[in-house]
Amino acid sequence: MERVPVLKIGDMLLVSIQVDMEDQTALNLQEDLADKIVATGCRGVIIDISALDIVDSFVGRMLATIAGISKVLDAETVVVGMRPAVAITLVELGLSLPGIRTALNVELGMALLARARFEAEGGGDAGEDDETVAAAS
Amino acid sequence: MNAEPQRLTVASDQDVVRVRQLVRTVAVAVKLSLVDQTKLVTAASELARNTLVYGGGGTVEVDRVDNGRRAGIRIAFVDSGPGIADVNLALTDGYTTGGGLGLGLSGARRLVDEFDIDTEPGRGTSITVTKWCR
Ligand SMILES: Nc1ncnc2c1ncn2[C@@H]1O[C@H](COP(=O)(O)OP(=O)(O)OP(=O)(O)O)[C@@H](O)[C@H]1O
Ligand SMILES: [Mg+2]
Repeated sequence: MERVPVLKIGDMLLVSIQVDMEDQTALNLQEDLADKIVATGCRGVIIDISALDIVDSFVGRMLATIAGISKVLDAETVVVGMRPAVAITLVELGLSLPGIRTALNVELGMALLARARFEAEGGGDAGEDDETVAAAS
Repeated sequence: MNAEPQRLTVASDQDVVRVRQLVRTVAVAVKLSLVDQTKLVTAASELARNTLVYGGGGTVEVDRVDNGRRAGIRIAFVDSGPGIADVNLALTDGYTTGGGLGLGLSGARRLVDEFDIDTEPGRGTSITVTKWCR
């Protein structure tokens, strides 16, 4: 059975789905990611689907499940790189992927995670926010 | 002008992947737009998975068609599983007996131009979809 590799980059996990996954491969990925989040203590997960030419209800459900699992494990998931034709099709299929954060590419996904972390840690009340104000004035 | 229909057996996860690949290849050959290719392959993936999961396996036949004005693709998903007792219910968004999202049938119908379903409890299910070039 083919497995999708999960890479650790800094304090994030990166999954780049490069193959047309069998359903079982998608289920394995869910488990592998959960294990890896716990093993590494990573707080962010980026799933790059730019190589996928379709996302059907099964893969859509997998993405939603991964987002849910990671949330419970105190990590945030961002799905990046969805092709326009895939987005159009998903919406018509009836899957709007509520609760899933998305970004256009890996770089923007990383920025989104960094920002989410900053906000979650109460950033803004302390120093940094004041600096912004100071810089703007 | 019609090439021979191509037929696949659907008996495993891997066969569902093969169905997606075959439909993609034929969709490109008849020159469906990229969005329409994506819609058709997605619909085929849903229906082939239902054939496998609920129908207990079956066959998929992919055909190039031409109505004199337009070219298109017709795909038939056939199983001799338990059939569907209430088609309208099964075609309702969110209805599932298998713990899915209940979007496969209803969503697939939205993604194609023509959708025909022939099913009877105890006899099996046959679903035929067609997508035409624009
Ligand atoms: N080929 C089939 N044979 C028998 N029953 C079927 C078949 N295809 C669909 N059904 C029935 O119709 C219901 C709805 O199918 P649909 O594909 O919409 O949802 P699902 O497969 O349960 O979930 P999803 O596809 O969203 O993951 C199924 O739960 C099943 O009861
Ligand atoms: Mg289904």
